[in-house]
Amino acid sequence: MSRSLLLALLAALTLAAAIASLLFGPVDLSVGRLLATASGHGDSIATTILFELRLPRTVLALVVGAILGLAGAALQGYLRNPLAEPSVLGTSNAAALGGVAALYFGFAQIHPAALPLLAIGGALLSLAVLFALAGRSESPLTLILAGLAVGTLAVAGTSLALNLSPNPFAAMEIMTWLLGSLENRSFEHVWIALPCVAIGAAMLLWNSRALDALTLGEDAAQALGVDIRRLRLRLLVGTAIGVGGAVAVAGAIGFVGLIVPHLMRPLTDRSPSATLLPSAIGGAALLVLADIGVRIIPTTNELKLGVVTAFLGVPIFLVHLMREKRIW
Amino acid sequence: MVTLTLDRVGVALGRRPVVRDVSAAFAAGTLTGIVGPNGAGKSTLARAMLALVPATGAVRIDGDDVAALPRAGLARRIAYLPQGQTLHWPLTVERLVGLGRLPHLAPMSRIAAGDAAAIERAMARADVLDLRDRIATELSGGERARTLFARALAVEAPALIADEPLASLDPGHQIDVMELLRAEADTGKLVIAVLHDLTMAARYCDRLLVIDRGTILADGTPRDVLTPDLLRAVYGIDARIETGGDWPTVTTFGRAQPPD
Repeated sequence: MSRSLLLALLAALTLAAAIASLLFGPVDLSVGRLLATASGHGDSIATTILFELRLPRTVLALVVGAILGLAGAALQGYLRNPLAEPSVLGTSNAAALGGVAALYFGFAQIHPAALPLLAIGGALLSLAVLFALAGRSESPLTLILAGLAVGTLAVAGTSLALNLSPNPFAAMEIMTWLLGSLENRSFEHVWIALPCVAIGAAMLLWNSRALDALTLGEDAAQALGVDIRRLRLRLLVGTAIGVGGAVAVAGAIGFVGLIVPHLMRPLTDRSPSATLLPSAIGGAALLVLADIGVRIIPTTNELKLGVVTAFLGVPIFLVHLMREKRIW
Repeated sequence: MVTLTLDRVGVALGRRPVVRDVSAAFAAGTLTGIVGPNGAGKSTLARAMLALVPATGAVRIDGDDVAALPRAGLARRIAYLPQGQTLHWPLTVERLVGLGRLPHLAPMSRIAAGDAAAIERAMARADVLDLRDRIATELSGGERARTLFARALAVEAPALIADEPLASLDPGHQIDVMELLRAEADTGKLVIAVLHDLTMAARYCDRLLVIDRGTILADGTPRDVLTPDLLRAVYGIDARIETGGDWPTVTTFGRAQPPD
């Protein structure tokens, strides 16, 4: 499949998913009612549903899904490891810990922006620790080990907050947030996440061909003019800012960064740079579809987005396992 | 005409000095073989020429210090074919060879017609045009060696440094790769290759640099350099060197016995 056809198909899928996301929910809007509301002639209920509930939710699903897919693809390329995803650097866990701290200490109740801002702070802090631990080493293994240390520390901190929660309700609030959701998000969340994701995405997409050169190993890539240190700095800072912004508004949503590049790679020429943009668009589509699923699957409590993406990850890995064992 | 000079180059890996005080000059149109035992510092010396390891002294290409040049600028002047054939992603041959154009491309730019033509020329020279759409990780050792060679040629740099390009190749493919190196030097490029096969080195190289324990032990034409005494001193082997043919041939007998 040619690259422009692939991108066009993915964009069409994403657009269709986004429109469906505006239509479906506890109250289904018809296409006619949606169009009337969008052009400013809708009834007040439809206007509230569209502009205060579904539109910000859909935009956030697009933005969060895109950066998760893109960061996953970029890190898999950089670390030359198809199992890499944003959490291997500990970034998403650290952002989650920032959010948990906001809930635990009650900052989240003082101002709604406190939680996302602390989450972004957590991501940036984790990055500083990561650099301190990994040092000047250029080896992917050192970076993964340092990321594991940062991530483990963040998970330990989150567990501690749960452990020391003053009452079950506080613990429940933290647990619920950790599961990841886009429920009841407003445009305020969009304005917090969007700049972070835009900056992160620009850093990850810039000069993506440098990732292709790493196919030949680090020496050959450097001999082809790639400044490995600068590349690493750009990717890590881009991931921390972008994913930090995403976790800040949506909680910890796993597996998107891991599975989307796997779904996209066979449709490209398999070079890391060719996987980036499709993974961003594919991630956006996947998260919007998962978020529609959350709303229309009938359960007593609304399903959490992170739970749905985790379930989506399972069949994809089973297919990979079966291919590896040559069963399929 | 490109020149590469090493001025008292030293490299330490950790605290261990690996290359010590190496000075040499290389000229365009020559194929120089760097030979010596395992661990002598050959590959490290090659990496120092590309500023891939911090070195003392100076490596200069046309008078410019390689350590001070921007990476992409240096990459346009010296192409590098590293040791080993590890490929991390299953790219097609054409895509892989195309990586050689990276030093010529600005970030986010598209491949221009000139780059596409350079890729074609490189694939034609290394005889991999037929393999264009094959997945590079699925090629045989010989095909992969030619593909990686084409990748280095696609840079179209005036100098080429190849680190053990014959490793794990059968004799036929070894000849193919040596012919390619020779052809590059004959077109006026400065070519340096780290080699282990002394007969191959003697047959194709204009000059041999013998490295032992990080320093140059001998430097000259293969006929001058390759002597039984030198091979005993450097490799600890007994060998006979036939000099009657078109090029010297080295026959090894065994480990040299220490003198009584």
